[in-house]
Amino acid sequence: MASPLLAMTGIVKEYPGVRALDRVDFDLYAGEVHCLVGENGAGKSTLMKILGGAVQMDGGTIAIDGRQTVINSPVDAQRLGIGVIYQDFRLVDELNVAENIVLGQEPAGYGFLTALDRKAEHRRAREVLALLGESLDTRVSAGFLSAAKRQIVEIAKALSRNVRILVMDEPSASLSDHELNNLFAIIRRLKSEGVGVIYISHRLEEIFSIGDRVTILRDGSRVETGAVQGMDRRTLIRLMVGRELEQEFPKEDCTPGREILRVENLKAGMLKDISFSLREGEIFGIAGLVGAGRSELAHVLFGARSRDSGSVQLNGEDFDPQSPGEAIEAGCGLLSEDRNRYGLILQMNIRENVTLSNLRELVRGLVVDRRSERTVAERFAGQLKIKAPSVEVSVETLSGGNRQKVILARWLFTRSKLLIFDEPTAGIDVGAKREIYLLMNDLVRRGIGVIMISSDLSELLGMCDRIAVMCNGRITGILQRQEATQEAILSLATQFAEAEDYAG
Amino acid sequence: MPAERPTLSRVLSEYGIGAAFVLELTLFSVLSPHFATVDNLLNVTLQTSITAIIAVGMTFVILTAGIDLSVGSIVALSGVLTTVVLRADLPVPLAYAAGLGAGLLFGVLSGTAAGIFVTKFRITPFIVTLALMTIWRGTAFVITEGRPVWELPEGFSEIARARVSFLPLPTLIMIVVFALAHFVLTRTKFGRYVYAVGGNSEAARLAGIRTDRVLIQVYVLSGLLSALSGILLASRVNSGQPNAGLMYELDVIAAVVVGGTSLFGGRGTVIGTLIGSLLIGVLRNGLNLMNVESYVQQVVVGVVILLAVMMDRLRKR
Ligand SMILES: Nc1ncnc2c1ncn2[C@@H]1O[C@H](COP(=O)(O)OP(=O)(O)OP(=O)(O)O)[C@@H](O)[C@H]1O
Ligand SMILES: [Mg+2]
Repeated sequence: MASPLLAMTGIVKEYPGVRALDRVDFDLYAGEVHCLVGENGAGKSTLMKILGGAVQMDGGTIAIDGRQTVINSPVDAQRLGIGVIYQDFRLVDELNVAENIVLGQEPAGYGFLTALDRKAEHRRAREVLALLGESLDTRVSAGFLSAAKRQIVEIAKALSRNVRILVMDEPSASLSDHELNNLFAIIRRLKSEGVGVIYISHRLEEIFSIGDRVTILRDGSRVETGAVQGMDRRTLIRLMVGRELEQEFPKEDCTPGREILRVENLKAGMLKDISFSLREGEIFGIAGLVGAGRSELAHVLFGARSRDSGSVQLNGEDFDPQSPGEAIEAGCGLLSEDRNRYGLILQMNIRENVTLSNLRELVRGLVVDRRSERTVAERFAGQLKIKAPSVEVSVETLSGGNRQKVILARWLFTRSKLLIFDEPTAGIDVGAKREIYLLMNDLVRRGIGVIMISSDLSELLGMCDRIAVMCNGRITGILQRQEATQEAILSLATQFAEAEDYAG
Repeated sequence: MPAERPTLSRVLSEYGIGAAFVLELTLFSVLSPHFATVDNLLNVTLQTSITAIIAVGMTFVILTAGIDLSVGSIVALSGVLTTVVLRADLPVPLAYAAGLGAGLLFGVLSGTAAGIFVTKFRITPFIVTLALMTIWRGTAFVITEGRPVWELPEGFSEIARARVSFLPLPTLIMIVVFALAHFVLTRTKFGRYVYAVGGNSEAARLAGIRTDRVLIQVYVLSGLLSALSGILLASRVNSGQPNAGLMYELDVIAAVVVGGTSLFGGRGTVIGTLIGSLLIGVLRNGLNLMNVESYVQQVVVGVVILLAVMMDRLRKR
């Protein structure tokens, strides 16, 4: 075979207290999709950040087309034709969609007085979005977009450059099947054009449908590289986790108790006629395509957005929170899908983030009792297996999946009665996903109502007692566990899709 | 949240200040018969031009989430340098070229220094420019031994007094500077990068933008425009004053913020800054015409700044 497009050899990266990468080898051929998998904190993103010039390695070499190269900055990486879609969104909220997509590729020449061609920018942005099957308004500020749309803009941004090596660090974390199919079609086209694609995901079925080869990282070391064809799901999981993992979806049967939540004819913005109820001991799933209104519903219930009409009862009492503060007070918690924007305070450490919403409980006299605060944080960090040197490190240094666990810990500590999980396992590895499912079991056993919004159908099917499917702001059907299938959900989720195409 | 267009919200925020400004103009027209005359209004623009030009540079700096406290001292030292060189018995055209060149060059150098300390040594802009502020102020006093530089060539004071048809030259310069800055910010790559760096500098860096370069350029611009103002001010008082431009940094920052630019970066316009500058300038002028005592004026100006910003926030709801 010809020399590889990319060869990374003996890559080492040290962070204070962690060796994030320990002599990792990784290569990529033109026209292949090389998947990278591993648990949260295994070092996948770090390896890709090195390739993208976002961070510098402490040892090792990188060769492109067989020639040694140095990548000192994102500018170098771009010059070499490397495009990276980073895991944490990297959009400028104040700029609009088109401006974000073309950012950094404005025509050469640094004239202060050369005008940008804004028409051409918007045209270019729309073209790239169209490839993804998206018709976003390119004039909207990125700050107003939902996590899924931000993800799409992020992908469009990378696609708009002519790259030879394209890195996608969990591009699918907040995409639903529909967008994912578009993405895969694009990846196949890029492949046929000779682009090498590095694909990172925690949804293993994606590895099997798009990958040619797969490399497994564990604790900063490479465990194995091999053809996807010769691998099965069990083996992959065993290599990632380092042990056999029993039962991916540990669903426990609970007999539903009394009613916790009742929503009747709720109307708010795009949401219309939303009615459902939730009983003790139940995990209630919400499925739907991106933009179906699932997160909007969560925001209304959580008081982050006002409602137009309808009624909601929580534990038999009227529930109409005007702010998240009121909702939390009443015992409702929301795990937001966009953890970097709405969830975590990046400058704070794990301990402070965990206890933030329930400091009341830790105050002795006038001050926060550090010792019990630490005990609480450490207990949850242990339960959720948060991978960090200690609870005193800032969450900024955590890997994506571990950040998610920190937020989860916060809500567990607020002792909520109703917890809404918006894409709770996006970006979380199989082992940790299972921990989260076990936790959900534990929550419902304690009488907490759990609503799980997810774009991952297999987890909805695996864990929920009932699944509501949303489409265009309405609930198009509520399926019992026994009758729910992938096909049934998809057909309900696209019920009005054609009609909408004409409308808008 | 409905998808809001950025342009719409920007216009709205300017409209908030615009409304306050119109209200102010109306009020003074009613209260003082001398206010709404062509001469007086031109006079206001002339008086405002000095700080307004500096405010343009400050807007760029604040858009990148920085701050430049050195502007007032640059005004003083550039005025001093220009006047000192002008006195050095050179033949006339050369004297002006050297004098103005010295003043402007100093502004550029000061901005470069600030930019380098901010980017290469990672010191916060507040501290860097605070230090430069005292260094340049001190230098101005050292050079002049604390005395104004008088006895300048005949024509120097003409710069600030000249008129282009009916417009005072400083007013014209101000208009040109604002027009150019507006164009640069909204239409050019550099302008785009300023917003990007201020909005999310990590995202900008990863998009392949040389963020350090953008930051340095922004401080150079601020230094250059401050020096330009310093020269205009020296011409107006026909001397180099080591204590010129005292506290200008605060007036300028106030104008920028009243104009709707966010101190956290990434959001704001120079049109807002223009209105902000004029709003404060008109206020001073109107209060003078009404013979309001200067101590009381300070109180009123402070209150108006708060009210204007508040109105802006309310509009944005
Ligand atoms: N800036 C940093 N400072 C300190 N430690 C860091 C920093 N960035 C990453 N790490 C650590 O390096 C290790 C690898 O992190 P990385 O983000 O590469 O994991 P990952 O495999 O991408 O995980 P995930 O699946 O959760 O995204 C983790 O232990 C993480 O805490
Ligand atoms: Mg990662």
